[in-house]
Amino acid sequence: MSGIWIMAGVTLREAARRKILWTAMLAAVLLLAIFAVALRFQVLEFEGRPMSPFVRYQVESGMLMIGLYTCDLLAVVMTILTSIDTLAGEISSGTIHAIATKPIARWQILAGKFLGFTAMVTAYVAITFWSTVAVAFVVTGVLPEHPFHGMVLIIAECIVALSVTFLLGTRFSTLTCGVLALGLQGVAFMGGWLEQVSGFSQSTQIVTLGVFSSLIMPSESLWRRAAYEMQTPLAGSLSFSPFANVSIPSMTAVVYAGGYFVFMLGAAMYSLHRRDL
Amino acid sequence: MFGSRVAVNGLSLTVNRGEIFGFLGPNGAGKSTSIKMLLGLVRPTGGNAEVLGTPTGDVDARRQIGFLPEDFRFYDWLTATELLHLHGRLCGMSARRLRTRVPEVLELVGIAQHADRRLRGFSKGMLQRLGLGQALIHEPQIVFLDEPTSGLDPMGRRMVRDVIRAQRDRGATVFLNSHLLSEIEITCDRVAFIKDGEVIANQDLRTSSPEGFHVTAQVGNLPPAAVAQLAGLVRAPRYEGEQLTFGVSSQDVLPEIVRLLVASGADVYRVTPEPLSLEDLFVKLVGEDRGL
Repeated sequence: MSGIWIMAGVTLREAARRKILWTAMLAAVLLLAIFAVALRFQVLEFEGRPMSPFVRYQVESGMLMIGLYTCDLLAVVMTILTSIDTLAGEISSGTIHAIATKPIARWQILAGKFLGFTAMVTAYVAITFWSTVAVAFVVTGVLPEHPFHGMVLIIAECIVALSVTFLLGTRFSTLTCGVLALGLQGVAFMGGWLEQVSGFSQSTQIVTLGVFSSLIMPSESLWRRAAYEMQTPLAGSLSFSPFANVSIPSMTAVVYAGGYFVFMLGAAMYSLHRRDL
Repeated sequence: MFGSRVAVNGLSLTVNRGEIFGFLGPNGAGKSTSIKMLLGLVRPTGGNAEVLGTPTGDVDARRQIGFLPEDFRFYDWLTATELLHLHGRLCGMSARRLRTRVPEVLELVGIAQHADRRLRGFSKGMLQRLGLGQALIHEPQIVFLDEPTSGLDPMGRRMVRDVIRAQRDRGATVFLNSHLLSEIEITCDRVAFIKDGEVIANQDLRTSSPEGFHVTAQVGNLPPAAVAQLAGLVRAPRYEGEQLTFGVSSQDVLPEIVRLLVASGADVYRVTPEPLSLEDLFVKLVGEDRGL
């Protein structure tokens, strides 16, 4: 087991020393600053005219959800971009030869790297998520409904994306792997929107297509579940938005995402174990 | 099989404990693939191999195996010390042992002065030295070195030679894969030649030079009939100007050849036998057109 921890440690150190994580962190800070200013403008605008506290609360909650959605998108993209090269790059450059010939099984190399990235992604999401919540609270006094549930689901979404990237990384080059991982994320995104369309379209085919897309890549459905957990019930009933709860992913969808993750990670371990290096 | 191509076929060889074994062959002969199979990096489609008495790929057995890959590279954000610590820990060494072992190894491979520099600024030769260091950090019983002198200056090559001999002196086995025949000739106890994935010859360099001598003689007025007569006694006789060249398997036949030349009426001024080098043998076995 110690090999796993050694690999996890070195992966975390790599993340800390390479520019990409800090670039992603800088992007998050910039977005947060824009978010804070936008919120402040909204608060000032509300203060200038008579406004029902209920409506004001709903609008400000909606803006908080926009901030959290941005935070979610950034986290998923950051997860894919930082992890894309870790297996594919090391296999193609031969860097992995010096590790794979040490007394450590290949699945342990993969598991260690996965743990390292999971720790990094968890820290990144926790920092950006709570910063967003804190900014919204300080400027507007609004809090999400179940922030902890929401954060865990966003982290789960990133980990699902990570497992896909790892599986692709055992077989494809860095570039192919990146295109496929981001493409699958696009499928998930499309699936989410198609399911939302069911809010005012009666087409069952569209809903089926959306569900099918979410089965291929269930990451976005985790976000939609997170949004459902975090937003006010009224905001959820507004049908056409990324946060509407017209077709809330059920707990079955969350469990499916869990099974999907286990399958992807297991397949990645098997694939790395079987291939020639 | 490598992809759809057969890289190694019918490879059969034994390396004894405590010897320096050289593995020679032209580009694409299957040398690196063979090493990778012995290390468990590549799966053979058939056959079996054992390293230190255990099947290849056995995770625990790797504690006793060191490997320097061809064209070594690693995380360029690590320092030399950190890299050796990482590899030492992967080999199961304690942090306490590594505190003394890492500076020793850095000294051994000649980069102690760069201990705290990141690999990003390292030259190819420095990386190669560090790669050798990570292969030896845990004092393995067998060390596989794939082109260890690649990218090294003459001092670096000498260092590699000394390090290899030091491994033998402590009882370790060294499996050396190299294009540099002169290096192999100086360093190895035994060599095997591989061509098209098959071992085509073995040579023990401790007990014999490779297959005889190349003879150059200065001879005047040599009749063509005498050259034809020589063909029955020596290999590939050639006479141009006053220079006669041929190959013999032993120096013992030289007096008889000189007698024959004198008897034919030729004037013999000088006869110089030179042992065939490993390179001569390599070219003979592999063929001149294959290139190195």
